[in-house]
Amino acid sequence: MAGAAALAAVVALSACGAKTDAGGTSDKAAQADVSGDTVKVGLLNSLSGTMAISEVTVRDSLKLAIEEINASGGVLGKKIKPISEDGASDWPTFAEKAQKLIKEDRVAATFGCWTSASRKAVKPVFEKNKSLLFYPVQYEGLEESPYIFYTGATTNQQIVPALDYLKSQGRKKIYLVGSDYVFPRTANKEIKAYAKANGMTVLGEDYAPLGSTEFSTIANKVKASKADAVFNTLNGDSNVAFFKEYKSAGLTAKTMPVVSVSIAEEEVKSIGSQYLAGQLTAWNYYQTTPGAANTKFVKAYKAKYGQDKPTSDPMEAAYTSVYLWKAMVEKAKSFDPEKVKAASDGITFDAPEGKVTVDGASQHIYKTARIGKIGSDGLIKQVWDSGKPIKPDPYLKGYDWASGLS
Amino acid sequence: MTVILGQMFTGVSIGAVLLLIALGLSLTFGQMNVINMAHGEFIMAGAYTTYVLQKSIAGAGISLIVALPVAFLVSGALGALLEWLLIRRLYLRPLDTLLVTWGVSLMLQQLARDIFGAPNVQTRAPDLLTGNITVIGGDDPLTFANSRLFILGLAIAAVVALSLTLRLTPLGRRIRAVVQNRDLAEVSGISTGPVDRTAFFIGSGLAGVAGVALTLVGPIGPTMGTNVIIDAFLVIVVGGIGQLKGSVIVAFVLGVLQSVLEYSTTVSVAKVLVLVAIVAFLQWRPQGLYTLRTRSLV
Repeated sequence: MAGAAALAAVVALSACGAKTDAGGTSDKAAQADVSGDTVKVGLLNSLSGTMAISEVTVRDSLKLAIEEINASGGVLGKKIKPISEDGASDWPTFAEKAQKLIKEDRVAATFGCWTSASRKAVKPVFEKNKSLLFYPVQYEGLEESPYIFYTGATTNQQIVPALDYLKSQGRKKIYLVGSDYVFPRTANKEIKAYAKANGMTVLGEDYAPLGSTEFSTIANKVKASKADAVFNTLNGDSNVAFFKEYKSAGLTAKTMPVVSVSIAEEEVKSIGSQYLAGQLTAWNYYQTTPGAANTKFVKAYKAKYGQDKPTSDPMEAAYTSVYLWKAMVEKAKSFDPEKVKAASDGITFDAPEGKVTVDGASQHIYKTARIGKIGSDGLIKQVWDSGKPIKPDPYLKGYDWASGLS
Repeated sequence: MTVILGQMFTGVSIGAVLLLIALGLSLTFGQMNVINMAHGEFIMAGAYTTYVLQKSIAGAGISLIVALPVAFLVSGALGALLEWLLIRRLYLRPLDTLLVTWGVSLMLQQLARDIFGAPNVQTRAPDLLTGNITVIGGDDPLTFANSRLFILGLAIAAVVALSLTLRLTPLGRRIRAVVQNRDLAEVSGISTGPVDRTAFFIGSGLAGVAGVALTLVGPIGPTMGTNVIIDAFLVIVVGGIGQLKGSVIVAFVLGVLQSVLEYSTTVSVAKVLVLVAIVAFLQWRPQGLYTLRTRSLV
């Protein structure tokens, strides 16, 4: 039995190896198929598994942008044809599907991924094949790749402004609660370095296993710490249990606000605004962000997918990424990834979140940071913004306190 | 001081949750020797029942009260059906019951995903249960969460009801007789088939009640059963298979141990330490805290 399993594993591994070799022998750039009157792009999202709840909304938002662009004439006279693949919340599957999109479908660019784990899994595939990935979700920073455009926030566009906001509110004793994996651990390392340099105290740091639903002790610890605020990097459903326990312990947004960096409109809807009203979030975009571009985006999204569907930050970043790619291609007058990359610096777009600009050097984009307060209607209202788009700084080089991080 | 008292209460409340999820299993695994991997999915069925009732009946308070008996019936019926379809053919093959019920558990998870969708859902707790009561006031108040008190009360009520049923009713006597010596019970005129089915109905029904309680703590999803089933088996095995008293004591001891360790270390470390403690305990007492003494030859 065990022997058979081991044998199967060996066979599977060698099969994988063979496949990767076949893909990797040609080290020349992947040629996008642009012979017809269409250009193919890949949509790579988890349409099943634990991440589906979030990633399906991103896929929908990408499709909306593609439809809009096609309706207004396409890119370089060609209609965009999306090829959607399911990463199935499984990182090896992401890598396999990325390979398929580049090699078999010969897409001009790929949009998608959500978790840092899925991004790390596909990174070598895109780099080896010299093909482009547009990644739409905020992440922990400390990464750059010549073949990835990061259209979500990096640390200095989300976490650092959130800390600045807490400091400006006089909340200097903070407690860190997060899920036990790469994003919260890295983020909290950065938060502790920031706190040390800014006269803030981190009173405690607790991690719960991903998917954990027992938070009574953590709530007790947070309560006993008498902190001024909680910085929350919990992911997914754990937030439901955490906020239920938080309320049961008698803690409120007034006595001890929680700043969350992974709860957007979609999550507020599923957790229940009665547990979240008054709590804070840090993002670059909310459904309520003012501006004509956002009004148009929200209206179009709801018309296509349902009036009760909220729009959120990662969806907006995904939508924007398709338009940014279009602008780069048009500036380069080519679908060739190298030429597109070369044309990327300074590309701007009037996104729903406001004007965004591509920083060609880091392949991240300038984004406005926004702190929001969750309302009892489930929508998030902005209480502070950075005024202007912040230059992306994925390695936090502009901050002395971050010099020891890597 | 209030911190210690608060943690004691947390420990007891974790114990109450453990006890509720393990109680039904103590009947089906403990008494009947069936390793029912689908027990977690019966808990899930109870939780989804609460969700459905809340959607169809306005008012979180009323729907929660209604959900308790309805979830008991829904999960109980699922259990009785499973017993009738599959398990009764496997009473003398405990390892086969493990495989068969594991398959059933996967099927039930997929069924839930098809009916309710892959994303988890939530119920709204009645306002009365979202607050807390202050036990000691002052600067450093000691508060007990109402939802946790409710779960504790529910666990106590379930234990009392189950133990009275087993001790005092004719059905209880028949169940105990079948457990202690199936052949002898049968020759004494007890028809074991219906007894098995009824016992399975009660055990699975209790899982449904546990599911209702869990909606007060966290999200409801297709995989929530797999998250709790291991804890339930731990409680039964450490408590001594077939021993209600053992399950009760072990559930509360593990709850308090978990909360004390969580407070002084981290959640992940506490989980590891609790498992180490369990392994060590089972080295010392492989049969668990209590064992059943019978005159049976097997």
